[in-house]
Amino acid sequence: MSYPGEPVGRLPNSFLAPGTASFTDFLSRQAPELLPGHGQAGGSALADQTPHGTTIVAATYPDGVVMAGDRRSTMGNIIAQRDVEKVFPADEYSCIGIAGAAGVAVEMVRLFQLELEHYEKIEGIVLSLDGKANRLSHMIRSNLGLALQGLAVLPLFAGFDLDVGTGRIFSYDVTGGRSEEHMYYSVGSGSLFARGALKKLFRPDLSVSEATTLCIQALYDAADDDSATGGPDLSRGIFPVVSVVDAHGYRRSAESAVAEVVETVVAARSVRPDGPQAPVQ
Amino acid sequence: MQFGYVSPEQLMKDRADYARKGIARGRSVVVIQYPGGILFAAETPSRSLHKISEIYDRIAFGAVGKYNEFENLRVAGVRMADLRGYAFDRADVTGRGLANVYAQTLGTIFTTEPKPYEVEIVVAEVGRTVADDQIYRLTYDGSVAQEQQFAVMGGSAEQITRYVAENYRDDLTLQQALRLAVEALGRDSGNGETRTLTADALEVAILDRDRPRRRFRRIVGPELDEMLPEPDEPPAAST
Repeated sequence: MSYPGEPVGRLPNSFLAPGTASFTDFLSRQAPELLPGHGQAGGSALADQTPHGTTIVAATYPDGVVMAGDRRSTMGNIIAQRDVEKVFPADEYSCIGIAGAAGVAVEMVRLFQLELEHYEKIEGIVLSLDGKANRLSHMIRSNLGLALQGLAVLPLFAGFDLDVGTGRIFSYDVTGGRSEEHMYYSVGSGSLFARGALKKLFRPDLSVSEATTLCIQALYDAADDDSATGGPDLSRGIFPVVSVVDAHGYRRSAESAVAEVVETVVAARSVRPDGPQAPVQ
Repeated sequence: MQFGYVSPEQLMKDRADYARKGIARGRSVVVIQYPGGILFAAETPSRSLHKISEIYDRIAFGAVGKYNEFENLRVAGVRMADLRGYAFDRADVTGRGLANVYAQTLGTIFTTEPKPYEVEIVVAEVGRTVADDQIYRLTYDGSVAQEQQFAVMGGSAEQITRYVAENYRDDLTLQQALRLAVEALGRDSGNGETRTLTADALEVAILDRDRPRRRFRRIVGPELDEMLPEPDEPPAAST
């Protein structure tokens, strides 16, 4: 069995020709049909017929950055999946969370991960964090056609900048416009509610466990007011995916550790359903 | 330009001699299997022009000969592996598939291009157990040999092979495998003289069986210094 663009027999000249270290560039020359979203005919009704991911939040703390995502994807008013994962490692020092059309988004994440790895292998060095953020920008821009038909992908990108020694967060619009966010950010349908919570609870001197709790509080508030965002599902044991990136690289928080934080948050909410209060003055 | 009739035998022989001479001019690469994975060691004057590199999760590439030619093959291999892994799944990228395509490519270039590639390469894939490891050695004319335990290419490969063969054991630790490789690389002169190679003349990398996902790892800096013998220590193989 062969796939589009696979060499049969000797390596074709396109494989041996000098070129850029970008896998996406190579893929679009060699096998454009494998690009995310290729050949999908859009229509305005498509948005309600394909699964959409919902809320992603991220917050920096002095040693790095924490990113968390709820586990729900929706298709119109239907819950498409309860345990979908929307936060992924991009490479050793960065992670990516996705909101928007799930099918296209997951493909885009796979291509982005490969793009970074491919560059690293060809060039022998790792891209700078800004370089990675710009590559992602380019990939979102190439999805603009589908975005206009209701299949927008809106990622949140975060990573540890080895040159500066801090965690950094980048957000994107559908045209690929990238902007660096300071301290915290959220994307997706429940992001307005999540951002309200982040704004009130964020402090610059959080520990990693406090930053994790902050993200889970924010996701709880998003789920509270946005029907498309899933809250923690205690009966099924489905909790948000939490990732941490610091000087030691990317790691996903253990399910048991997240479960512990979620249980504390839920217990406190049964006393005060609106969550912790920030002082008025 | 050749005039008159040249027999195909003579033509192929001339090309093979030409390629062999080019390969023998360079320094060698040694590949050694040990229980924890596969070790690559090369003598190289350059920090950045690699002879050893990562191709995919479990696959590494080592080469000797003309840099621009094997670099070309390496990049093509990375492209092919990444494309295949993206089109199917990461598990579907194999060393055998890659060795096959390299063999076809080198074979075609050897017979049809004006000048053969002056390269010899090793494609190694680390498996879940030692028995699953695969080491393929490819020569300038596209011949493939599957090697067991170790492979040596380039420079004075014969002397080095002899030394590795005499001292190889299948229970080597990483450090022992590395020391064996470095001692062997230093025994490349035909007259029995030995050279002691230091960390700054070496390029070392491993395919580590126990690492998750990307098994390839370079051994550099203090880690490499620590693994090499002290200057006055006797060679490990003779103790």
